[in-house]
Amino acid sequence: MQTTANESGTANALTYRPEDPAARARSINGPKISKADLRKRFRLSDFLAEKLITTIAFVSLAVIVMIFVFIFREAAPLFFEKEAVAVTGVATEDETYGDEFLSENARLRDEERLGSISAETAGGEGEASLANLLSESWQPVSLEPKYGLLPLAVGSFKVTLLAILIAAPIAILAALFTSSFAPKWSKEILKPVIEILAGFPSVVIGFFALVSLASMMQDMLGYEYRLNAFVGGLAMSLAVIPIIFTVAEDALVAVPRYMTEASLALGATKWQTALFVTLPAATPGVFAAVLLGFGRAFGETMIVLMATGNAALISWSFVEPVRTMSATIGAEMAEVVFGDTHYHVLFLLGSILFIFTFTLNGIAEVFVRQKLLRRFRGS
Amino acid sequence: MNLRRIVLGSTVVGASGLAVFSIVAVVIVVMSTIVMNGIGALSWEFFTAAPKEGMTEGGIFPAIVGTALLVIIMSIAGIPVGTITAIYLSEYASQKSPFARGIRFAVNTLAGVPAIVFGLFGLGFFIQVVGSGMDQVLSGGAELKWGQPNILWASLTMAILTLPVVIVSVEEAIKTVPQDLRAASLALGATKWQTIWRVVLPNSVTGILTGGILAVSRGAGEVAPILFTGAAYFLPQLPTELSDQFMELGYHIYIMSTQSTNVEATRGIQYATTLVLLMLTFILNFSAIFLRSRMRARRIRL
Repeated sequence: MQTTANESGTANALTYRPEDPAARARSINGPKISKADLRKRFRLSDFLAEKLITTIAFVSLAVIVMIFVFIFREAAPLFFEKEAVAVTGVATEDETYGDEFLSENARLRDEERLGSISAETAGGEGEASLANLLSESWQPVSLEPKYGLLPLAVGSFKVTLLAILIAAPIAILAALFTSSFAPKWSKEILKPVIEILAGFPSVVIGFFALVSLASMMQDMLGYEYRLNAFVGGLAMSLAVIPIIFTVAEDALVAVPRYMTEASLALGATKWQTALFVTLPAATPGVFAAVLLGFGRAFGETMIVLMATGNAALISWSFVEPVRTMSATIGAEMAEVVFGDTHYHVLFLLGSILFIFTFTLNGIAEVFVRQKLLRRFRGS
Repeated sequence: MNLRRIVLGSTVVGASGLAVFSIVAVVIVVMSTIVMNGIGALSWEFFTAAPKEGMTEGGIFPAIVGTALLVIIMSIAGIPVGTITAIYLSEYASQKSPFARGIRFAVNTLAGVPAIVFGLFGLGFFIQVVGSGMDQVLSGGAELKWGQPNILWASLTMAILTLPVVIVSVEEAIKTVPQDLRAASLALGATKWQTIWRVVLPNSVTGILTGGILAVSRGAGEVAPILFTGAAYFLPQLPTELSDQFMELGYHIYIMSTQSTNVEATRGIQYATTLVLLMLTFILNFSAIFLRSRMRARRIRL
């Protein structure tokens, strides 16, 4: 009996399973068929096909795991291998810093020794200690390279925040409109339009922002710099709207009809139902949509590379140029020396982007999968 | 109270209607800007000639060829792997097995990873590890041939980027094949693999095609992963080997509009190149949408 067990170990309903009492009854009723006849015969082609398919599926998984490994592997020398980053002769530790960095740096070093964390790395022309990474300027190509990640992080968050602030209300309202109010003909128009917008390559949006949107906005608002965080955020919202719209609309449409119909039956109007029943019921999905949009905007490269001016500044103004983390990788990786400190710092930026978007997607997944489904199934 | 209700109601409906309208308007503005500024520079020469006079004149032929080669190599590498993974997920894997769940999780994750991170992966893995390793083996490290950016590594990077698109699309298609067909095939004595090969796959060709088209559209439009894995500013010759660099439409737009020596003089070419790229992705996307709607219609009929 056991030998006939499904060899792939899967629970496919179609394969003969002798454990199934109905199947056993059938086999007893047909007297000419012995148990040996019913046993799944070994076929080489089937066996090979299954093994091959499983192997390739495994390769897919391995590639994804490898992405993790290789991004972090290239960033790791900053933190673990003291000698690996030294490219052009090992200089003594503090020599490469300007005077203003000396004292702070020394203090940090002492703290690190106490905590026995070896974040201090041997420096060639570029030294990426924690103090340097946390400093406030990003000047990777200079006599005293400064790899301060703060301005880049500020830049990324500024643009992303603007993009979400612009895109989320528009996309959620539009999703509410199509799911609750829209006459059929307007759905037929909006769906393809969203598909078109989602299909815009990001370089096209970046180009439009660079040559057209930036000047238009400057003429309208009259700020000083043509390319800035605001233009970048505005352009980015074009890339984010389709994502938020699609996910939010899915969540709104998935709200069970008994909820909306109960509301309408109680005498609520269409918009009251939409605003006070449908939208609250779909909140986890809408929230997930915003998170996914945030992740997309945070990692998007071409739009910010072309439309934000790429100056690594820390300021609270939204109409000054910014340099985002993704744009920094895109702009500098092609010119960097392999194995250089700068190279590893760019991979560190990549790791941060990866971890950040990964976490956001994970949270979004939890919200959609668990919360929404549980709510709608009423358990 | 009643007035408040009316005001609030019309605000909700009005605001959401306005949101829809603004999305439609923005899409129309972006498209008309690009079409109106780009259409004038389109000509036969634009499609068939190489850039001339320091990129201020001539066409984009090498970029078109480069993009085509990129998506072809990408498809050869990515579509079979994606299709087979989808077959595994829908036909072989038990939905509860940790391996299948791992793949599903990984595919979902992969879809959300920023494109630039794929570029880093291409650099860190394909160029630095595989390429350098090949150089070591083939020429003892004397000749730098594979350990540098080229069209092969760019295409493979893009193939990984588009893997989730293919997997999701093919899986959806396989799900539309009715269980009855599989049962009929198995009842006639066909093995599992015969059933997949002769029944399931022929019935999901449309879906595989849709996935392929969407992947190609994504691959043609994405620039970030090839910024440092193989795209070149200007090349006098077309790529002839897998170890050559290449020009690409999206990268051409980026370079021309940001780093060109005379940005204003090449404005027409920039718009026209953007128009070509936009049209290319449009045609691809709409054929995918068309195929998908046909697929859905069939599912309802069955």
